[in-house]
Amino acid sequence: MRFVLTYLIGLIFGMGIVLGGMANPAKVLNFFDVAGTWDPSLAFVMGGALGVTALGYRFVLRRASPRLAEVFHLPALRQIDVPLVAGSAAFGLGWGLAGFCPGGALPAIGTGDPAVLIFTAAMVAGILAARAVQARQVTRPAREAAQ
Amino acid sequence: MTEFTPWMSLFGGVLIGTASVLLMGLFGRVMGATGILAGFVMPQSAGDWGWRATLLAGMMTAPALYWIISGDAVAVDVPVSTAAMIIGGLIVGAGVTYGGGCTSGHGVCGIARLSPRSIVATVVFMAVAVATVYVTRHVVGG
Repeated sequence: MRFVLTYLIGLIFGMGIVLGGMANPAKVLNFFDVAGTWDPSLAFVMGGALGVTALGYRFVLRRASPRLAEVFHLPALRQIDVPLVAGSAAFGLGWGLAGFCPGGALPAIGTGDPAVLIFTAAMVAGILAARAVQARQVTRPAREAAQ
Repeated sequence: MTEFTPWMSLFGGVLIGTASVLLMGLFGRVMGATGILAGFVMPQSAGDWGWRATLLAGMMTAPALYWIISGDAVAVDVPVSTAAMIIGGLIVGAGVTYGGGCTSGHGVCGIARLSPRSIVATVVFMAVAVATVYVTRHVVGG
């Protein structure tokens, strides 16, 4: 039952991405091309998603716990640091080059389009590489402290 | 040129928001594509993997459902080179890992909670994406 629900939530999200136009790099890149063939559609995707989420979270997060889980997993980090800004800047660069963000690419995998598969494989490689570097940075001071 | 689709895009956004609220309300999880994918390729525990796998499967079924409903294939028009896809994909993967999220996690779920980190992240990645397209289309490619 839980997995039926998570499957349906994924399907609703994917339909939103597909109908909104975020699975289409041409449309996404035109949204960023404010000085050229600008297509403001994606502002409406963001606006609709943000409006519903902001409203829905107000009701949902008032409860002590989620309906089918024990706790709300909310990010505890508050600090605005270099990794946040540099990482987000890098994400913007890659998004502007390829026209896919993670949420746009994952539902688009279902089209079987080769460009999506190439992008997703490269993105997963990027995630794994960054995680490997992060793990080293975390363990090095810990090791030094132990010595 | 792509067609300006305000109503369809707004409806798409409402669906994304609905999925975000359901995932938080039922399972207490942020509907962030980066976090869900990262936990799928690097599982922390056996019990933490199934919901990610089924959610991703649901996402990937959307083009088929769209085809059943509308009779059309989902448009995926790629106006850039394969090299741009590979380099862009690598940079996106590394960037969202360090930045701790992407458009869905920071831009929708984070800003909905008024998280300062998410607001900063979203302003930065949107601005850099606009600047990148300006350079590739009007400075280098213009």
